[in-house]
Amino acid sequence: MGEVISLSEQRPARARGRFRWHAPLAGWVGAGLVLFWAVTALVGPYVAPYDAGEVVGPRLFAPMSAEHLLGTDYLGRDMLSRILDGAYYTVTLALSATVLACLFGTSLGILTAIRGGWFDVAVSRVMDALISMPHLLFSLVVIAALGSSMPVLIGLLAVTYTPGSFRIARSHALGINAMDFVQVARARGEGTGFILREEILPNMVLPVLTDFGLRFVFVVLLLSGLSFLGLGIQPPRADWGSLVRENVEGIYETAPAVIVPALAIATLTIGVNLFIDNMPRRRRGAPRA
Amino acid sequence: MTALVEVEGLTVAARNDFGEETRIVQDVGFTLASGEVLALIGESGSGKTTTALALLGYARRGCRFAAGAVRIGGTDMLTLSEARLRDLRGRKVSYIAQSAAAAFNPSRQLMDQITEGVRMRRLLGRVEAEAKARALFRSLALPDPDRIGARYPHQVSGGQLQRLMAAMALMTDPELVVLDEPTTALDVTTQVEVLRAFRHAVRQQGAAAVYVSHDLAVVAQMADRILVMRDGRMRETGTTPRILSAAQDSYTRELLAAAAPRPATPAPAQEAAGSLIEVANLTAGYGPVDKDGQPAFPVLHEIGFSIRPGSALGVIGESGSGKSTLARVLAGLLPAASGNVTLEGQPLPRQLSARTPEQLRRIQIVFQMADTALNPAHSVQRILARPLAFYHGIRGAAARRRVAALMDMVKLPASLAERLPAELSGGQKQRINLARALAADPALILCDEVTSSLDTVVGEAILELLAELRRTLGVALIFISHDLKTVRSICDQVMILYGGRVMEIGPGEAVTQAPAHPYADLLAASMPQLRVGWLDGLDDMRLAEAGTAGPVFGYRGCAFFTRCGVRTEGVCDTTPPPWHRLRKGTDIRCHRNEAELTAARPDRRASGLHVTRV
Repeated sequence: MGEVISLSEQRPARARGRFRWHAPLAGWVGAGLVLFWAVTALVGPYVAPYDAGEVVGPRLFAPMSAEHLLGTDYLGRDMLSRILDGAYYTVTLALSATVLACLFGTSLGILTAIRGGWFDVAVSRVMDALISMPHLLFSLVVIAALGSSMPVLIGLLAVTYTPGSFRIARSHALGINAMDFVQVARARGEGTGFILREEILPNMVLPVLTDFGLRFVFVVLLLSGLSFLGLGIQPPRADWGSLVRENVEGIYETAPAVIVPALAIATLTIGVNLFIDNMPRRRRGAPRA
Repeated sequence: MTALVEVEGLTVAARNDFGEETRIVQDVGFTLASGEVLALIGESGSGKTTTALALLGYARRGCRFAAGAVRIGGTDMLTLSEARLRDLRGRKVSYIAQSAAAAFNPSRQLMDQITEGVRMRRLLGRVEAEAKARALFRSLALPDPDRIGARYPHQVSGGQLQRLMAAMALMTDPELVVLDEPTTALDVTTQVEVLRAFRHAVRQQGAAAVYVSHDLAVVAQMADRILVMRDGRMRETGTTPRILSAAQDSYTRELLAAAAPRPATPAPAQEAAGSLIEVANLTAGYGPVDKDGQPAFPVLHEIGFSIRPGSALGVIGESGSGKSTLARVLAGLLPAASGNVTLEGQPLPRQLSARTPEQLRRIQIVFQMADTALNPAHSVQRILARPLAFYHGIRGAAARRRVAALMDMVKLPASLAERLPAELSGGQKQRINLARALAADPALILCDEVTSSLDTVVGEAILELLAELRRTLGVALIFISHDLKTVRSICDQVMILYGGRVMEIGPGEAVTQAPAHPYADLLAASMPQLRVGWLDGLDDMRLAEAGTAGPVFGYRGCAFFTRCGVRTEGVCDTTPPPWHRLRKGTDIRCHRNEAELTAARPDRRASGLHVTRV
């Protein structure tokens, strides 16, 4: 039967492109935007032409000029400096909060799917309780108790967005957990950690990352909401969300002060999502006819 | 007689995700007269379904008709507008898909769905349509034809649903019926009823039919002519008797060889004494357990058998008989409710977590679906290296060498080691599956329907490999299947399960010999045979019994009672059947004694059904 095997089990020759990395242009654009803002967040405060809190402008809501590249804000502060300064808060705060939320949510989600039973019930109900509280109200109470600081804000945002991530991860993990290869690993005697890390997680990376991209946008929005209420980043420092809020009156004067921070938020969130949706992945063989 | 269907130079091109075009069907041509049945046969990916769909003027997403013509009654289906096609489809040409369960809307009554086509086209009014549907139900031998239409899809069995789909397809008196593997997903006993109903209905309607299948034995019963396809091209075409008796193409002969009964494997020489695994009084099931430790939905009842080192036990039964549950219980994935399992003299704990690594290593499980049994994110190398590291602590270069040796053992080139499962064919995946089990160096491999999802020729090669591994490595097998032919060819012991109970157990050769347990008898009779006229020769009475009901749970009598042709009311349904040994060497669980069972057989003899031939 030797020839039969070689004849009937050979797939059309398509083995060459296996390790080719395949990412469309949109992916590169996204990666470029994310990299740009990441670098800006790190070096921004050092290259800013003025101090972010200093009133320097000749007038309020000044248009773009050679002196003030992005104009001035509602108090006459240099907008470029404020954007560069805000990048640090927005990127580090929002990014670390989202990373934490997705890390907790995903690990707990997979763990409950593997363990099942009372553990699943307990964790799921706690998450339901968290998700049922209005985000802003919950934040108000926590900040009123603990005061506003970077660590508190990061922790608060992470806790707020963990349940959503948990739900998505759990539903995916439940499906994968029922697959035969997980059963094989279990029958082999593998521990929970191995099954979580090696068998389940690699097969749900894409949906989890997509969820990460969306969640990042929500975190930026909630953060700017908190800042507007005076509970987020404390003035004169400001994240991008607060920059939009505080300069919102400039919209009638078509001042760059309101448009530029909005553009900054848009480019960052779109960049993150473009990058995630077009992540380079191993090229698969053509689908079978 | 002029041809109803003319297909000429049909070529279908498919585009993959990266815009590369390949021809998946190339230069296929045939003609078909009214009332004729043509079978398209070939392995998966041979283009048989694509060709069949072209008869409806339909090309799947990403496919297009590159050349050729498909004329039905003179109309070229490939050049018609969508609107004209919609009018013809279901009226002149109708389609019966493989999975009826997926083809029906679960939230609407069957009658509404079956008559929808004719009512939508205003061919018949509701009353006439329903009357016609009931007539079709009758000719398809559906139970309770006057009321079955009021049921919902989940309230009828798989075989009935498949026949209801045939009724839907025949409602408009089509000139051509396309049947796409309509019985592949069914149990053998159900398949027989469905095949008979289909053939009767097609003959009665005088319609032409195209029957797509990978199973030559089934095709031999249904088709007047056979067209063999491979890689999108026609390999051979001819009348059914001619193909079966005098195939010219090498691939057709390969298919025939794979479908023919194989001589049983001789037992390995180095068979050791004692037993490897002993199972006694095993009961298991799903759902919450009551205070006696019995599950709410018991699946297995009082199962007992033993396996000597290096021998093979075949477990057969239809879906729902508990055969996969047995594998899960032995592997520890589902703790048994009661009963004892001994592995090499030591009691085997029911819970997975209570077993020692050594016990885990000795029993390995191989699943049916090669696609879901391999982690799609891991390379072959990584999949095979894990059990080596886990059980034997082999890592690095030594692991690499061992992986290469394992791949050689399952006859795969070592160059596949860096591939992902998605880049392997079905047969290759199943070999990796086996190699992963072998990596543990087990004493017993549980094979759960390992060839069921594979093409005949590929499945045959896997069986060959299993037999060889048994010979060379001395590993014992529990081979679970619904196919008596497969089981008999590689196992020395066969156990027949029905409704979670053992009906008959004994040497593989003997189980299929007469006399046998009535259920074993039915299974053997339902196994399609590779000769024309087998289906016509079947005994009506015996098979009519087969269709009526599933196994009976929760009472004290015999589980097979409702379907048994030789049952005794008042005995079989009230008293658990006793064990007794037949002269041929098997143990059966039946109220009937050997003389009575033998007496019940002559009708089978007369109709030429010698399943004893090996």
